[in-house]
Amino acid sequence: MPYHYLDDVAIADIAFEAYGESKEEMFIAASDALMNVMVEDLVTITERLWREISVESENLEMLLFQFLQELIYYKDAEQLLLRVARLRFKEQKGGWTVIARAYGETLDPRKHPLNVDVKAVTMHQFAVSEDQGQWRARVVLDI
Amino acid sequence: MAVPAEIKKNSETVWELPVTFRKGMRVPARIYATEKLLKEMDDTVFEQAANVAKLPGILKYSYCMPDGHWGYGFPIGGVAAMDAETGVISPGGIGFDINCGMRLVATNLTHDQIRSHVTELVDRLFRQIPCGVGGKGFVKISKNEFKRVVEQGAPWCVAQGYGWQEDLERTEEGGCMAGADVSKVSEHAIERGFHQLGTLGSGNHYLEIQVAKPENIFDKDLAAQFGITKPDQIVVMFHCGSRGFGHQVATDYLQIFLKVMRSKYGLEVEDRELACAPFHSPEGQDYFKAMKCAVNMAFANRQVILHRIREVFAEVLGKTPQELGMHQIYDVAHNIAKLEEHVIDGKKRKVLVHRKGSTRAFGPGMEGIPGIYRKTGQPVIIGGSMETGSYLLAGVEGSKETFCSTAHGSGRTMSRRKAREMFQGRKLQDDMRKRGIYVHTASYAGLAEEAGSAYKSIDDVTAATEMAGISRRVARFVPIGNVKG
Repeated sequence: MPYHYLDDVAIADIAFEAYGESKEEMFIAASDALMNVMVEDLVTITERLWREISVESENLEMLLFQFLQELIYYKDAEQLLLRVARLRFKEQKGGWTVIARAYGETLDPRKHPLNVDVKAVTMHQFAVSEDQGQWRARVVLDI
Repeated sequence: MAVPAEIKKNSETVWELPVTFRKGMRVPARIYATEKLLKEMDDTVFEQAANVAKLPGILKYSYCMPDGHWGYGFPIGGVAAMDAETGVISPGGIGFDINCGMRLVATNLTHDQIRSHVTELVDRLFRQIPCGVGGKGFVKISKNEFKRVVEQGAPWCVAQGYGWQEDLERTEEGGCMAGADVSKVSEHAIERGFHQLGTLGSGNHYLEIQVAKPENIFDKDLAAQFGITKPDQIVVMFHCGSRGFGHQVATDYLQIFLKVMRSKYGLEVEDRELACAPFHSPEGQDYFKAMKCAVNMAFANRQVILHRIREVFAEVLGKTPQELGMHQIYDVAHNIAKLEEHVIDGKKRKVLVHRKGSTRAFGPGMEGIPGIYRKTGQPVIIGGSMETGSYLLAGVEGSKETFCSTAHGSGRTMSRRKAREMFQGRKLQDDMRKRGIYVHTASYAGLAEEAGSAYKSIDDVTAATEMAGISRRVARFVPIGNVKG
């Protein structure tokens, strides 16, 4: 798993670090880390439908923030558990766009071993960084 | 965990960090806690209380209640009153779960009378009130109807037959904060929330059947005036908020404030979770109106859940909710900002009180509490962990010291992941059953995270509020049945 959970950052909530050798990999890892807080076993999420998720932001950091927030939105608004299959970035004047293809299915407690719900992505110590081709994100979720 | 050396002991329960503790503090920070509770607080509480003390317009002190722990921007248990003219409003001072709160309902039943029904009651409550990840409620309404709900709050529910008129009188703000404006709310928030009316949520949200044992009544007269009149009386308590709707409102405005805070208003904060805007700015006012929609959604949510609880009790016990004496005792918000009048240095002033993980605790005679409680002071409902118990307190005159605010719960001391390593959900459920607490949960992993040992002692927290003179204990309730989200 290209992510791990951090014990000592958030007493009442959950923090994780996600990484990858490209920002695409890191975004996918962060998406799985978020979903894995709610669903114990991600393999139980099968490909029943697809969604295109497109988000724009002024910088990469806020782009990840909004992208993760979008996955939470689908979980509530459409009861969808989603996993990101691929995504591409576009950099233009004034910011970034990410367009992702995500697959998944409607949440079903009989099929998906559920853990705790995520209320929101927080800005607490939220960070995206790149060092010699290694991308890393630190995220704290409100539970 | 280390208490800063700069902290000054004002009394056994009041500790003060002076403005010299951190550069830029406009007022001192005051922590309400016994020495034991103070030492249990994580370091971040002190830093966060100091950061709050730097916000423009803050009056008197940046407060932290005895259940204080690490939060986003503000600590949980944080209270800050801002000058309504010159101060700021900060979503971080309210929390993502806007109007997360507690509701307490009486019955005229005793433990003996329902002992053999507890399992059935809990199982049915679990089925009738969805909880856990996602979840759709039983109230099926269109998005347009939902927009009316968030502007009208609990009175909408009662008009639809979900509850009694008297419930409204016994809800903070009458179950509706005036001035809610749904045009200030995003479509995303509406779409996240419109089918969640009547759902409990997850994390530390729960619904409990509890017993008021005679040895746990602290003030018999006051308890009777609140509706706790007989030995081993059964009450129902639940904890939930504005669900995905409120979370989205908070997230949307956090981003809006981050964009304008520095560039438009020249405001600098220590932590992005303290993003804020002048209360009187267009952004500040928009957020306040959107926040009120989320406040009303939470009141409506708790109102329809109450209706469902009454239905379940009536079905299982074969009597009407009226015959079962299922009167609501009170409903309190503990994540909210409100415009209130307070006396500061002898002058009455309008202030914007942020309470994040803190409950309003109006003392006897104060306006804003219903007639039936005018003499007793406002009922304050404090939720404990599912293994230990919960409290009913009353507001007192002395709460004026803290802008009429007190604690809200027990406060975590152990991380969720640590709790999952230490406890096993199924075993915990068995152990609790042996101790007379039947739990029905949506998630065993989630259950393990809520183990009683992951929390501070609720007895210590409530005792500290009484010692500090900001509220007084009326009754302690122990759980016998629990629906865990």
